[in-house]
Amino acid sequence: MPNGLRELGLLASALAGCALAAPAASAWEPNKSVEIVVAAGAGGASDQMARMMQAAIQKNNLMKQPMVVSLKGGASGAEALMYMKSNDGDAHKVLIAYSLIYMLPLSAKIPFNWRELTPVSVIALDQFVLWNNTTLPHKTVKEFVAAAKAANPPFKMGGTGSKREDHVLTVFMEKLTGAKFAYLPYRSGGEAATQLVGNHTASNVNNPSENLEVWRAGQVRALCVFDKERIEYKTKVTDTQSWNDIPTCREEGLDVQYLMLRAMFLPGKVTPDQTAFYIDLFRKLVQTGDFKDYMEKQALKPVFLTGADMVKFLEVDDKLNKDLMAEAGFVAN
Amino acid sequence: MEALGLLLHGFGVLLTWKTMTLMMVGLILGIFVGVLPGLGGPNGVAILLPLTFTMDPTSAIVMLSCIYWGALFGGAITSILFNIPGEAWSVATTFDGYPMAQQGKAAEALTAAFTSSFIGSFAAVVLITFLAPGIASFALRFGPPEFFAVYLLTFCSFVGLGREAKHKTVISMSFGLLLAGVGLDTVSGQLRMTFGWSELYRGVNFLVAVIGLFGISEILLTMEERLALRGHSARISLRVVWQVWKSLPRYWVTLLRSAAIGCWLGITPGGAIAASFMGYNLAKRFAKDKESFGKGRIEGVFAPETAAHASGTAALLPMLALGIPGSGTAAILLGGLMVWGLNPGPLLFVEHKSFVWGLIASMYLGNVVGLVIVLTTVPFFAAILRVPFSAVAPMIVVSCAVGAYAIHNAMFDIWLMLVFGVVGYVFKKIGIPLAPFTLALVLGNRAEDAFRLSMIGAGGDLGVFWSNGLVGSITTLAIVLSFWPLISGGVDRITRVFSRA
Repeated sequence: MPNGLRELGLLASALAGCALAAPAASAWEPNKSVEIVVAAGAGGASDQMARMMQAAIQKNNLMKQPMVVSLKGGASGAEALMYMKSNDGDAHKVLIAYSLIYMLPLSAKIPFNWRELTPVSVIALDQFVLWNNTTLPHKTVKEFVAAAKAANPPFKMGGTGSKREDHVLTVFMEKLTGAKFAYLPYRSGGEAATQLVGNHTASNVNNPSENLEVWRAGQVRALCVFDKERIEYKTKVTDTQSWNDIPTCREEGLDVQYLMLRAMFLPGKVTPDQTAFYIDLFRKLVQTGDFKDYMEKQALKPVFLTGADMVKFLEVDDKLNKDLMAEAGFVAN
Repeated sequence: MEALGLLLHGFGVLLTWKTMTLMMVGLILGIFVGVLPGLGGPNGVAILLPLTFTMDPTSAIVMLSCIYWGALFGGAITSILFNIPGEAWSVATTFDGYPMAQQGKAAEALTAAFTSSFIGSFAAVVLITFLAPGIASFALRFGPPEFFAVYLLTFCSFVGLGREAKHKTVISMSFGLLLAGVGLDTVSGQLRMTFGWSELYRGVNFLVAVIGLFGISEILLTMEERLALRGHSARISLRVVWQVWKSLPRYWVTLLRSAAIGCWLGITPGGAIAASFMGYNLAKRFAKDKESFGKGRIEGVFAPETAAHASGTAALLPMLALGIPGSGTAAILLGGLMVWGLNPGPLLFVEHKSFVWGLIASMYLGNVVGLVIVLTTVPFFAAILRVPFSAVAPMIVVSCAVGAYAIHNAMFDIWLMLVFGVVGYVFKKIGIPLAPFTLALVLGNRAEDAFRLSMIGAGGDLGVFWSNGLVGSITTLAIVLSFWPLISGGVDRITRVFSRA
């Protein structure tokens, strides 16, 4: 199965080059403030990204109307999905989505399908990293896995939510190594980070942005990144390491890969003019210095997809997530 | 004394005309935001956040935190005048604040609330100033079992120390716990009690319930009593303020106890609401005439306000030092920090000294200036009570509805609010207390999560709640408190036997 995981990464990098020339300036423009709908709680990775976009668009005058961030993280983000679904034709609402659009309908039987919304653009891919506490002696994946196998009671793995990305990664680590983990689903990545620092869990699989500060403070150790290649950013982040210094999990003998999309969607039934406006807006946005700085700081993988390319990507990604969820036994029946 | 030097540096950053003006603007906006029920601190700060994108981080945080202080002060106003808590932690303030207003002592109640808010915040700021680095590591000791123990302590102190019949408290709390279970469950990832209704996915919002239970039901009750005019002419003068202040030293034990509870629960994230209830209950527990509580006793305003504001202020510490917001407003401020390019975490205190100390200095100044502003506007707010009820009631209903709608921009929440209004009316009629219900609704979810995470981690062994000194002593205290009436009764009997012998 991990082979399937690998394909996603390949596809992403293959399509990254496809962001070609933009269509001419669109005829439609928002006539009131635009709402960025965040399917997560305050302070989480999606919220941070939405606020950065709000600030970058305002600072660089990319749009005449103001942008407001609207947090709809209720029910692990299902609130945002249902909200978008119930606002067909309203081009003043744009969702900042991640893999929950595939996973929530499967695990919790939420009546939602991303194909009912209008895909605008994929703006980044987010990484997952295996972290442990620096006070523990296990400095490499091998040592960590060996210790996890021998551990009784089992090691505690912190994560965000149940039957979602973090949980899927944990299950696949269990399948590949034979170790057992007690998975603790917290409410947010921030909470999972603090609980790791406080030694209440042995490890977590947070996104880089969620553990960045505690990593810089030397409180957690980055064991490996769940991608087929290392993260490209080579500027030192901690005293001794850059993102690029973290080995991939495959290099360390743990062949699990997973990347998470960060993509923008409009509600269903909007006009092509309206979609074109946002495609143009986000294309300009990803070229701003603010956006690029943010990508590097949060170790996000740059990618920009729109139109048919994006739909193709989403279909492949959807199938991949579905297979993973099925194999992990997380699909509700 | 390094802290003092840094604090002086902070004041230096702060004392410019520009930041002082921003501070005043922030405070006044905050008070208005706090007065509107349902709007509250988090929404107010969220709406005004984009204004600050172009400012430098220090000016921005000073203005936003002043909106926060203003909202904290303002939240007490509606609790006392209309029995509608503006913020979750203002619920306990209504217990005695509203009866005081009904007795024509609105001015005393407001002055008491503002003054004790100030004292609570001030205590927490002093704590932040001197203990910042050490406290961050204390908060890190809280894992799931410790969190559960704190929630258990809050629930148990309610059952054991509450003034109502125990079975009614338990009934009310059970209803709250049941409703807290509605929505998507974090631990299993499954929907519960939503009956295929997508409006119920996000669960029952606490503020919607509170606005209905307290605000709407109060209007219903008042209407039943034939539009009785509740607010008598509330005369305000410096004399009233002075009298309240003169009485302060008499309540020093209450103030000190509440400030301590508040600081403690503020630092352990998510404790501001628990703090106000615990402050109130303990004040009552240790009072000589417990019966007078709930009937308009000034101590019943001092205790919860001091605790709530100490914890509201202390909640900023885990936000800055760990990146965990201790309250809704702190969560929005956290988002703001990220926009300004500051990442909250252990390194913030090292890398952005003038920002952190500017913020801490602004807590001192903001609170002093805020107190002066609210006190001078007390006459204005108390004057609202002199407006005939038939004119005020529709305005209150409208602002309740707006408040309930604004939380999620959902029409459904207005209907839910009305249903809760009827539930609150029925509960009041049959004498079931509302406070345990609201407490369970707001903490039920977290308590359940914490319990289940503890069980997953410990493989189902309940011994985890006594696995170290910290969690063990909190759990034991919780159990002792829930059986407090029996225990204190037993102790009384024993001492009587001994004194006879």
